[in-house]
Formats: sequence, structure tokens, C-alpha cells
Amino acid sequence: MSLAVAETAQNAPAYLEVENLSKVYATEDGPIRALDRVSLRQERGEFVSIVGPSGCGKSTLMMIAAGLASSSHGRVLVESKRVDGARTDLGIVFQNHVLLEWRTALENVMLQAVARKMDLKVAERRARDLLEAVGLKGFENKYPRSLSGGMKQRVSICRALIHDPPHLLMDEPFGALDSLTRDQLVLDLQRICSERSTAVLFITHSIAEAVFLSDRVIVMTPRPGKIDRVIDIDLPRPRTLAMRDSPEFARYSREILDVFLSRGILKE
Amino acid sequence: MVDMASEDPTSLSIEQVERRVQEQARVQRARDRRAELIYPILVGIGLLGAWEFGARAFQIPIYLFPPPSSVIASAAANWQLLLRESWITSVEILAGYAVSILVGIPLALAIFRWPVFSKSVYPLLISSQAMPKVAIAPLFVVWFGFGLMPKVLIAFLIAFFPIVINTVMGLAAIEREKVYLAQSMGLSSFDTFRLIRLPHALPSIFAGLKISITLAVVGAVVGEFVGGDGGLGYQLMVSNGSMDTPLLFAGIAMLTVLGVLFFWMVEVVERLSMPHQEKASGSVGSA
Repeated sequence: MSLAVAETAQNAPAYLEVENLSKVYATEDGPIRALDRVSLRQERGEFVSIVGPSGCGKSTLMMIAAGLASSSHGRVLVESKRVDGARTDLGIVFQNHVLLEWRTALENVMLQAVARKMDLKVAERRARDLLEAVGLKGFENKYPRSLSGGMKQRVSICRALIHDPPHLLMDEPFGALDSLTRDQLVLDLQRICSERSTAVLFITHSIAEAVFLSDRVIVMTPRPGKIDRVIDIDLPRPRTLAMRDSPEFARYSREILDVFLSRGILKE
Repeated sequence: MVDMASEDPTSLSIEQVERRVQEQARVQRARDRRAELIYPILVGIGLLGAWEFGARAFQIPIYLFPPPSSVIASAAANWQLLLRESWITSVEILAGYAVSILVGIPLALAIFRWPVFSKSVYPLLISSQAMPKVAIAPLFVVWFGFGLMPKVLIAFLIAFFPIVINTVMGLAAIEREKVYLAQSMGLSSFDTFRLIRLPHALPSIFAGLKISITLAVVGAVVGEFVGGDGGLGYQLMVSNGSMDTPLLFAGIAMLTVLGVLFFWMVEVVERLSMPHQEKASGSVGSA
């Protein structure tokens, strides 16, 4: 908490600023606190992960940061401008791929271009390049139902990137995938994001994923959702799978794990 | 297919195995397709044969239960009459169905779009369905006489409700993420509707359209029963009155053919407007 407050006190405006954000749901049994005075900052091009157990409000935080849900108190600023509606300067990847089943892989990616009235010829070339970059060459004209879970999520990542957004929001994007597919997608994501210096806000409950991808990891604890600790990950890039076995990597993982152990979220 | 085990397991290259598996699958698919066609025909012929035999063996009077041969003979003798009456009934069915769509879809859109409208009209609409619509048919004859109008109205009244309810449900049953996605892309509410909500609701809308077409047939026939001077329903009443049971059966058969034909036409439109689903159903057998 104190760390997060100290950060907002810095003066230079960051790309994304979340200030004192609270979210309370009214229920018949009284109010439920989903988020309790959460503050965070994200610089341009920075990869920030939010790690926490289920129910810590991390998805709610992302939805509010995207302008898709309202907060009960506090505010979200993007380039010092207050967010008061759905933001369009971003790409979103949901936990579920959310592909339109009546559109082919390519058409799903192109939906973003159609919606933004981009030059469709240029956009299609980009869409094909992106699909190829995530290993989906040859699947452009397949409908979602003939793609595997990992392939669908790749298509949805391409859809979130085709307009080159400055900000990418990902809500447990690899949560439903097997571990081998996850590893590959994590590597793909790192490469794609470093190529275009996209700022990524990455929600996950996987400690390893967070440490591997992030410049900064924000650890949240539940009920109410609070920021417990902010950890800067000082590992060289590009990161490799082998680095997961390095002592530094283990130290960062341990640090996050310790938060969960000390808060009773994990018990040994 | 099992006799492969007797072969030397090392004798085939993977390409040969591939080719053989493909070929077997192709043969199997062709056989399945033939079975789909042949079995129902065989069963149908069998049933007709049993009916013919039973009617003759037990010497059931023709006015009670005519054998298929006399039904076919009657249909052949009266084919011009049957065709003319079919035409009248078809016009009523299609007109009633068209009105159902023209009223049902916009009504569903309005219910979906304006919550106040939904809150005021929807409960009324649902409770109105408890009323037996067939019971209103005589009233329509009083109001609109014996022409085309009352039949179209009855067909509409019976057929439009499934269109409304299925369209509303299809539009409402969209995942929240799809709407979020549209918002984050900056889609206008009209474009969201055009590109996401409507295509998402199409399967449900077509489910309603398919129920409706069969109900429109019922509605048109009921209209003719109550106050008709033409059409297959009227013809059924006339044949019934003159104890011409073979012609009665021929009329029923004709109505069935019409019902199946119209249903099939809706299915064709459905398949054309949702090409992604056709591929899916084709792959079910091989999966």
C-alpha cells in the first residue's frame, strides 16, 4: 500500500495512472468491496503484470482501466486525461478468445480494421503477417470451430494488435491453455511486444508467467482487492525459457510466493 | 476393416496407410449418405404396403380407411383440383408468414432496443399467448368475411410469436465480452448490431422462423375450416361432408407436402446465410 501511494506521488505523468480506485458492489447482504483504494502507474512500452488469486478484483481493475466498467471511487487517467467511457486506444485479449464464430480467422482479425475504418488492403497484409508471426499461416480462412483453443487465442491476440495500439490489456489470456501452448504464446507475446514497444497490462494468476514477461509485477491480495507489493523485475531481455531455472528468476518467484504465504492465500 | 491385423505390420509405408484411411473414410461417408436416403424410403414403402394389405385383408370400408392405392387414384383423378386448392392455401401460408416476419422481427428489435417498451409490451405479449388463437378465428370471419384476409391474419396470429421470442432471446443471449470488444473497437451501436449482435442472433432467429413456417400452415388451414370458400382446408371439409375419404387423405398428403416444402425452403435460406455452420455439421460425422 505505502509503496503504491509513494509511486503516485511522483510528479511526471505516466501513460496510465490509476488513482485511489475503489469498487464496491451493493448486494442484499450489504456492500462487497472488490477493490480497495488501488493505485498504480504504467509507463509507455512497459510490461506490467498483476498477479493475484481468483477473486482479488484484478479482472475488475482491468475492466475499469479499459473504461468498460465504472469505479465507485477514484479515477483512471490515460496521458493525464480522465477516462470516462470505453477506451479505444487499446487492444483487449480476454480469457476466453471471444472470436466471432461466423467469421474466419482472418475476418476476425480484420474486424478491428473494419471497425476503425483502416485502409483494408494495408490492414489485410498486416493481419496476414501477424497470423503468420503466431504460426497460423494456412489457417487464415478457417472458422473458429475448426481451430484449437491455443489457435483461437492466437487469433484474438492478432486482433488486439492489428491497429498497433499503444496499450494492450490481457485478462488471463493463457489461463485456459495447456502448459506447452502457454510457453509458446508467452514467447510469441514477448517478441511481438518488444518489436513494437507496446505497453501491456497483463492479468494472471501464474507467478512464472508474470516474472517471465514483466518489467514490473503488482501483487494483489483478495477481499478486498488491494495492492500488496510492487516488484521490479530486473532480468535481461529477451528472456529465454532456460532463464526460468536461474537463481534470479527463482528469487523473484519466491518473493511473490512469500506474499501469498504470509497473507494465508497459500498454506504450506 | 478389422482384417488389417492379419497383414504384416511392416509392409505398408505411412503414405499407403494414409491413402487407405482416406479411401475407407470416403467409402464410409458415401455409404452413410446412401443409407440416409434409402432407409427412410424403404420404411415408407413398407408402411404403405402394410397399410394397403391391412385395408384389403380386413375389408375396411373405403369411406373409413381407404388403402393407399385408392388415395393415389383419387389424387390422380383430382390433380387439377388439388393443385388449384394448394395454390390458394400456399398464398395464404406465405402471406401470413411474410406478415409474421415483417411484424415479428421489428417488434423483437423494439423490445430489445427500448427497455420501457419491453417492460410494457413483453408481459402482455406473453400472456396473450395463453389465449387459444384458434378460438379467435370465427371473429375474424365476422370482421373480414370469407376472403384471403382472415386466413392471412389467423396464420400470422399463430405464427408470429415464435419469431418474436426467438429473436429477442437470440439478441439478449450475447456474451458480455463481445459487447466489450465492440466498445473497445469504437464501433457505433448500429455497427455493433450489424456486425456482432445480429449475426450472433441468427441461429436463434432461424429456429423461430422454422417453427413459424409450420404454424403458418396450421393457421391457414384453420382459417379455411372456419370460413373458407377455397383452399386445401376447405377441400378437406367438402370431402369430409361428401364422405369422399380418399380425396380427404389426398388433401392431407398435399398439405404435408406443402409443409415440408416450405420448411425446407427456410432451411435452404438458413444454410445460405450461415455458411460457417454448414461446414461444421458436415464435419460432425467424420470427427
